[in-house]
Amino acid sequence: MRKEGEVRISSGCAISGIFCRDGKRITGEAIKKSIAVMHNRSNGLGGGFAAYGIYPQYKDYFALHIFYDSQTSREESERFLAKRFDIINLSKIPVRQTPMISDAPLIWRYFITPLPHLLQDSQLDEDEYTSRATIMINDSIDGAYVVSCGKDMGVFKAVGYPEDVADFYRIEEYEGYSWTAHGRYPTNTPGWWAGSHPFSLLDLTVVHNGEISSYDANRRAVEMYGYSCNLLTDTEVITYILDYLTRKQGLTLKESSEVIAAPFWTTIAIKDEEERIRLSYLRKMFSSFLITGPFSILVGFRGGMMALNDRLKLRSLVAAEKGNVVYFSSEEAAIRVIEDNPDRIWAPRGGEAVIATLNGEAGL
Amino acid sequence: MRYRIRKDDSCISCLRCVRECSFGAITAESGKALAFHHDKCTDCQRCVSFCPAGAIYITEDENRFRKNAVFSDDEIKEILLQAETGGVLLSSMGASGKNVPIYFDKMLLNASQVTNPSIDPLREPMETAVFLGRRPEKAERDISGRIIDNLPPHLELRTPVMFSAMSYGAISLNVHKALAAAAEKLGTYWNTGEGGLHESLYPYKKNTIVQVASGRFGVHETYLNTAAAIEIKIGQGAKPGIGGHLTGRKIIGDVSKTRMVPEGLDAISPAPHHDIYSIEDLAQLVMSIKEVTGHRKPVIVKVAAVHNIAPIASGIARSGADIISIDGYRGGTGAAPKRIRDNVGIPIELAIASVDQRLREERIRDRVSVIASGGIRNSSDAVKAIALGADAVSIGTAALCALGCHICASCHTGRCAWGLATQDPELTKRLDTEKGAERLVNLVNAWTREIKEIMGGMGINSIEALRGNRMALCGIDLNAKELEILGIRYAGE
Repeated sequence: MRKEGEVRISSGCAISGIFCRDGKRITGEAIKKSIAVMHNRSNGLGGGFAAYGIYPQYKDYFALHIFYDSQTSREESERFLAKRFDIINLSKIPVRQTPMISDAPLIWRYFITPLPHLLQDSQLDEDEYTSRATIMINDSIDGAYVVSCGKDMGVFKAVGYPEDVADFYRIEEYEGYSWTAHGRYPTNTPGWWAGSHPFSLLDLTVVHNGEISSYDANRRAVEMYGYSCNLLTDTEVITYILDYLTRKQGLTLKESSEVIAAPFWTTIAIKDEEERIRLSYLRKMFSSFLITGPFSILVGFRGGMMALNDRLKLRSLVAAEKGNVVYFSSEEAAIRVIEDNPDRIWAPRGGEAVIATLNGEAGL
Repeated sequence: MRYRIRKDDSCISCLRCVRECSFGAITAESGKALAFHHDKCTDCQRCVSFCPAGAIYITEDENRFRKNAVFSDDEIKEILLQAETGGVLLSSMGASGKNVPIYFDKMLLNASQVTNPSIDPLREPMETAVFLGRRPEKAERDISGRIIDNLPPHLELRTPVMFSAMSYGAISLNVHKALAAAAEKLGTYWNTGEGGLHESLYPYKKNTIVQVASGRFGVHETYLNTAAAIEIKIGQGAKPGIGGHLTGRKIIGDVSKTRMVPEGLDAISPAPHHDIYSIEDLAQLVMSIKEVTGHRKPVIVKVAAVHNIAPIASGIARSGADIISIDGYRGGTGAAPKRIRDNVGIPIELAIASVDQRLREERIRDRVSVIASGGIRNSSDAVKAIALGADAVSIGTAALCALGCHICASCHTGRCAWGLATQDPELTKRLDTEKGAERLVNLVNAWTREIKEIMGGMGINSIEALRGNRMALCGIDLNAKELEILGIRYAGE
């Protein structure tokens, strides 16, 4: 049987997110409690978390979380990294043995910064330099897989139910201002650690519920721009599209949402002239990145979080606010369990991006 | 003799068939008794369609040469004909290579089940609008941070189906009128072909693509500016590498005026453009046309699908052209040498797949648009062409069929009984342009409905999400190499 990455697997899911606009750092307990409510939306074949603000002491360095199948792949990867980066710190990521999580790979964490002279010679900025290096590891080092590579953030994922994954990674010991979570329900896979969500590139993380029907059109388009979709998952392609649109094309996340969940032409036609021109432009210019089919996604980024539904709202997505805290989830119950009296609770419309950012910070 | 004409007892001797037959295959002896001249019959089905009694039958002639595993009947007949005349065999319409697979028939489409929902086009919006043209590499903003619309001019199609180039001369003015009126109504485009644009059709300029071919017939500044886009025709699928030859017999009256060729003189399109001997020359012609039209119109370059079509397309994409139109092996023609038609070029399915893949590998697929043509018979062919990587398709033969053509492949005789591929005023008046336009509109609307239905089944609600979406396709009865070129998996894999 072919494993994920060699064949495309569709999956249903649960997602949840908590964002503190005042930058207050909270432990992983709340997000675990929230995603655990939606146990039935996963089937034990994948769970994971993304957290921002968890490495304040290393916030200027890229934090790499890497899975290794073997010591050989670890040694090869470390040689690869050492040639290109200053490794400030490296360690195993501490885990708690739990009977619910098995077959764990070697899980390592590195804090690194590009070697200055190599960075200068490459004529790239440090983000591009680092993202190329991680894509290269995923592409060419057998048995090594970079799970996350942003600054002051990290992804924790495994095969298992999300609440068990939380226990395994001891996420109650981390404090962050932004948390997303994912519980996975793949249709026919033995489950693969790297195939779990969140998926990430640099500071961008995506958790996703849905199955996009535009997958291969999107994949073949984004692969033109130096990305390589190794996992054949929707989440991976969505992450790369968002990275391309924001980092390489300079679009805002809001504009990117108007590309991937573009308003219908009939909707664009009734807008005022300036808006009509703007929206038409985004659709025409980036038509290869329109995403069709059901999805609800939470996009984590440095200083913010975006929730977005497909334009027909074919997947559930609920948002809520209480004071400075913003909540998103597949189901209202998963919000109520951690905040039973929100100031406001609503279902964002299809294609309508809800973006929360740290107070005083502009969005991406 | 290919066909045999028969009638049964229900014939009422109304002589309608005599009046309808433009090939002289049915005549009336002394104005009364029907006489059948089987050797002249092209099986155009005109008499059958118009016989009020349903009394006429056209069948394959049952007199056969002795069966031979190598030399078929047709083969022998062609030898006999050439031995007699010393001439190049002429033919029309698309290739008849029996052993060249129709790959559209060997690909099946996907649909949603359980894990994602199919979408009902009757309940939800289903978008088929396509924009064809060049895209810049990067979005730009003004000083205040607003996005600037830096897109060059685009063609806007309400449906991804347009009409292929067919020249005035090869087909009648009435056909041009029907195509133009239908294109306007459908929100798509028709294409003049290389014979110029009749002045009476100038009002349709918003839906007209004018062609500049090697003969430059009817090309002048007004012509170029009376169009939504200009197409430089390098080649066509039915006769790659070959020019054209419209006989002086067809260069009469308005055809002569529109083509800017003296009456009765043969109009010969050279095989190459004599100002394009290489790719850099093409870039210059593209630029010249853009200058003449004030950079307000996209320029299309049309080529036939030949062996190295992928690098050719890549060269065109870099020549400044906005749109590449690729015409496959089965593309139709008003007249072509039969050996060329049946033996030169490659099927559009393989061409589109390899061009799309190559342009992606070179990271320029988003820069240009691609039109596929050459044997698109129905809406599912169109969907498959788009899933392989085309932005839109164009149809010629199918459009002619909507106007009455039964593909008897006798266009080159100039005696088209349906009044399409002829300039004989007695025949051209057989096509009612309004009725014809309505039938074309019906056809394309029907296809559009079917395209929406197919897209909805796959859970796709906008046509751009189908473009290049190879996972929408799977192969059947194909070998590993064919699957590799098409970029699809085998059914069940």
